[in-house]
Amino acid sequence: MSKRTGRGPKQNSRLVSYLTHHLQMFIASLGYLSRQPFSTLMTSAVIAIALALPAGLYIALDNASQLSAGWDGTTQISLFLKDNVSIEQAEKLAEKLRLDIEIEKVSIIDRDQGLKQFQQVSGFGDAIKFLDENPLPHVITVQPIVDQNRPDQVIHLVDALQEEALVELAQLDMQWVKRLYTLLQVAQRGVWIIGSLLGLAVLLIVGNTIRLDIQNRREAIEVSKLIGASNAFIRRPFLYTGMWYGISGGLLAWLLIAVSLGIMEDPVQKLAALYYSSYELSGLSSSDIVILIVISCFLGLGGSWMAVGRHLSDIEPS
Amino acid sequence: MIRFDNISKRYPGGFEALSRVTFHLPRGKLAYLTGHSGAGKSTLLKLIALIERPSRGQIFLDGINLNNMNSKRIPQIRRNIGIIFQNHHLLYDRPVFDNVAMPLMIQGYRHREIGKRVRAALDQVGLLNKEKAQPITLSGGEQQRVGIARAIVHKPALLLADEPTGNLDPELSREIMELFARFNQFGTTVLIASHDIDLIRQMKFPMISLNQGTIESNELIDTGRLGLAV
Repeated sequence: MSKRTGRGPKQNSRLVSYLTHHLQMFIASLGYLSRQPFSTLMTSAVIAIALALPAGLYIALDNASQLSAGWDGTTQISLFLKDNVSIEQAEKLAEKLRLDIEIEKVSIIDRDQGLKQFQQVSGFGDAIKFLDENPLPHVITVQPIVDQNRPDQVIHLVDALQEEALVELAQLDMQWVKRLYTLLQVAQRGVWIIGSLLGLAVLLIVGNTIRLDIQNRREAIEVSKLIGASNAFIRRPFLYTGMWYGISGGLLAWLLIAVSLGIMEDPVQKLAALYYSSYELSGLSSSDIVILIVISCFLGLGGSWMAVGRHLSDIEPS
Repeated sequence: MIRFDNISKRYPGGFEALSRVTFHLPRGKLAYLTGHSGAGKSTLLKLIALIERPSRGQIFLDGINLNNMNSKRIPQIRRNIGIIFQNHHLLYDRPVFDNVAMPLMIQGYRHREIGKRVRAALDQVGLLNKEKAQPITLSGGEQQRVGIARAIVHKPALLLADEPTGNLDPELSREIMELFARFNQFGTTVLIASHDIDLIRQMKFPMISLNQGTIESNELIDTGRLGLAV
């Protein structure tokens, strides 16, 4: 039994034979799956649906936050100054605000200008002519620098401005932004939860499929063990099979999402047109797709690892 | 090559398949293991192949104490043993060639070397023209010979056979036994369990007879070391 430790010259080196076997199993497991296309497709489809759901929700969220992304350019805080504040005092305050790093643009609407604008756009032009004096205060409009992800910053800014001595009222018509933002946060959590649960489902689906594969190939496993196959050697084809399930599930999920978006495209554009917008649905970016497939690949691998760890050691030759 | 030192094997449930079995099969020898069914022949072979572990006593394989073998090293030990079963354990989902090539695949032989060795092994058992056949299409004797080819393809130092002729007619059985004798001539140590006493007698190799888990007689001449034990 001289071969126990060394390897014969006709054998590949340990590393080469290791890599060769990996390559063989990489391809062989694909062959194994393609020989039973129906059940492979079924498993992949289940995985795909489980993945497409959270991924689709993710896209919906992404689109919703893009929809709300328009607000940073138009966000304005109107500072209605106290009635007794003079235009010079107002200019001084505006000057001071321009230095604030959170503020992008400051402009003053003096009370006469304000009245004129109001006459033009409100439709009360004639009625206003009958007023004895201008009821409007000077107004400073502040356009804050908005961090897309932190609309609450704006709220803080508004609070700070409200504290200014000359300011009667700092108004930000942003309640809806705040609500939308909070809603999106809730939805985001929801997507995480659903995503995790469905990810777990994928693990279990792949695990169960591999468990059946192991049972079906029980005899081959026994024989392999009898002729000296190591556990790692026996494990390999199953792990690759799981990986392929994951990858094909991920690709199929991508397809499902793309088709769904295609179906949604037309009505969404019609809806956008009603709002005089040219809003377009955005799909998965290429990095999203890579992430989706990597995740599904690892879920497949993880599921098969679970099954293999649990069931391969049960099979011993007898 | 194989040394059993006071081996007992008790299965869960209390059945004692082997009790106090001691023998030594030197390297390069061929011996038969006989006895009625239930005498413990299969258990003895399983202990050598590390399929079962002894309840008591020690087994040495080529000087290595198998009791100390952890499960990680079992594959390494089995790679040096060729095992032949009564029901030949062929895999029906792949052709003859792939069945025979399995041990070489596991041990990482080069592709070209695998082809050469598989054909050489199939040639030795007279099935060179069947390499592409599916095992299920072969006769019982042919399937058994494929099993033998798989057991010898990696040139193991030790060949174990459990009732290799169990399902075969006398003519074929004799051929198979002669095949084992030929491997033995090339230096392989061979241990064959068989209840076919008539056939074994014709083959003129030493016999170890088991009866209800104990050695009844041992024709292996190694009295120098084991005279007292036998």
